[in-house]
Amino acid sequence: MAIGTLAPPMDAAAGLAHVAERSRVWRKFVRNPAAIAGALILLVVIGAAIFAPYVAPHEHTRQSLIRRLTPPVWAEGGKATYLLGTDQVGRDILSRMIHAARVSLIVGISAVLVSLTVGVTLGLLSGFLQGRVDTAIMTVVDVMLSFPQLLLALAFVAALGPSLLTIIIVLGLTGWERYTRVVRAEVLALREKDFIEAARAIGASPLRTLLRHLLPNTFSSIIVLSTLQVAQAILQEAALSFLGVGTGSAYPTWGHMIALGRDFVSVAWWFPTFPGLAILLTVLAINLVGDRLRDALDPRVG
Amino acid sequence: MLTVLVRRVARLLVVLVGVSLVTFAILQASGDPVALMMPEAPESDRAALRQAMGFNDPLPVQFARFVGNIARGDFGQSFFHREPALPLVLARLPTTVLLTLLAMAVSLAIALPIGIVSAIRRNSVFDHTATLIVFLGTSMPVFWTGIMLILLFAVQLRVLPVSGWESWAALILPAATLATFSTPLLLRIVRSSMLEVINLDYVRTARAKGVSEWFVICRHALTNAALPLVTVAGLQFSLNLGGAVITETVFAVPGLGRLIIGAIRQLDFPIVQAGVFLIALMVVLVNFAVDMLYLYLNPQIRVR
Repeated sequence: MAIGTLAPPMDAAAGLAHVAERSRVWRKFVRNPAAIAGALILLVVIGAAIFAPYVAPHEHTRQSLIRRLTPPVWAEGGKATYLLGTDQVGRDILSRMIHAARVSLIVGISAVLVSLTVGVTLGLLSGFLQGRVDTAIMTVVDVMLSFPQLLLALAFVAALGPSLLTIIIVLGLTGWERYTRVVRAEVLALREKDFIEAARAIGASPLRTLLRHLLPNTFSSIIVLSTLQVAQAILQEAALSFLGVGTGSAYPTWGHMIALGRDFVSVAWWFPTFPGLAILLTVLAINLVGDRLRDALDPRVG
Repeated sequence: MLTVLVRRVARLLVVLVGVSLVTFAILQASGDPVALMMPEAPESDRAALRQAMGFNDPLPVQFARFVGNIARGDFGQSFFHREPALPLVLARLPTTVLLTLLAMAVSLAIALPIGIVSAIRRNSVFDHTATLIVFLGTSMPVFWTGIMLILLFAVQLRVLPVSGWESWAALILPAATLATFSTPLLLRIVRSSMLEVINLDYVRTARAKGVSEWFVICRHALTNAALPLVTVAGLQFSLNLGGAVITETVFAVPGLGRLIIGAIRQLDFPIVQAGVFLIALMVVLVNFAVDMLYLYLNPQIRVR
């Protein structure tokens, strides 16, 4: 009964602490100009991806042989209507880049959601149950770490047949082991803390302890890791597309554009250069934001 | 010490079985390998071959046979070359290992001094510039970096060959490309492990004794910061091998990576399996060696 009467003020205090915590994280985040720049770039890329058909200046499929390999607007021979030039069949490079942003973001985010689900579940089980389960899961992690991720992804995407879904699932199932290691380490450290002991003492079931007490305390690590993993997944997807084991459709991707542009590198420098810059800027933006999030969410730093 | 060794070897073998299982799964994921082997043959011939090659057996039986074959070095015949897969793969291995080691040497030569200076002059302009370059390096797709280097050095300046592997000049661009991929990660690790030891008591004691700063860094700080570096060497090796696969494709380097990519495009799975297994085997063995070295170098573990 006493607990019942005490509960409301405690909740209010916890709520206030929560708000204060959030604004502290936010303040630390906005103080960093690099992170702000990263966030802005990311907003532009996401906006371009969502509204691609409306913001792209041309149809991404329209070819025109008389306009093939037009240089960008500021170079000699450039045309104002094709800002970043055209490719080997006269398609507007900027428009194709804008459409390709969709593939990168969809693959990046979806693949990470797959890795996150698998990796966090295994990490929680490994750290919480320990013993044989832990040994078994960590052996699987060791096996996965023995392969360069890209090589494994290449082999399985080729074997299963290239498609958007295959890429998402294969990148997701080859990239989860970092989640497992991070979550496992956090759970091992948290297990010894008093509040977990207290939860156990008042009779919380193991499942409740796991989901209600352990999992929420790993959230900040998971968020930080996820941003960096999205960046990795975008790079991996680009590499798969570049190597010709991509989405298996004619829809443009940055990696595939670079693969096409490579053959024209000596006559049309802009062709492989701009799609690569799009990858670089997007991944850089995500990395900058992720790095800043790590500093902001980690109470131990500064 | 001996029990530790036995336990590590047992673990090594378990991991290798796991690696074979993943390699085995590649062919299983492709659906019907017989259709890839004889695309034009009538269904009756295919059924006969399927039976003869044991593709109708239960999966555990097939896997046991696969492991037995691997142990004898038999990965089957290449669908495309009609030769045993393993010798084809082994012939390409030295090129890839050379490329990987060259790149690791280059990235060590760059990351070590820059990382150390970054740690000593923490938050200086130098440190911030290095951090920025680390960010740029980790965000660049390695194949694009390669194309940009071709554009600059082979197309514009005409000082280096576009591709190939015949002369020493041809090695420069592939090795440099691969190094831009691995240097940033290494630099970050050098810097953070130096930062960890640089303010420890014994380093301060050395300074207080009046030992020169240079000697303090080299003799006291660096030897202790080297331990985490050794542990990431295995990870670096794996990353570099993955990067080498792409780099070889960009520069037409006749290595293992290019062979595997070609085989993947032709759906020539015995080559893919042999190549993937061999790369994983190298990573496992390097990691094992690193583990042993770590045991040897770290007295705290050795005593236990």
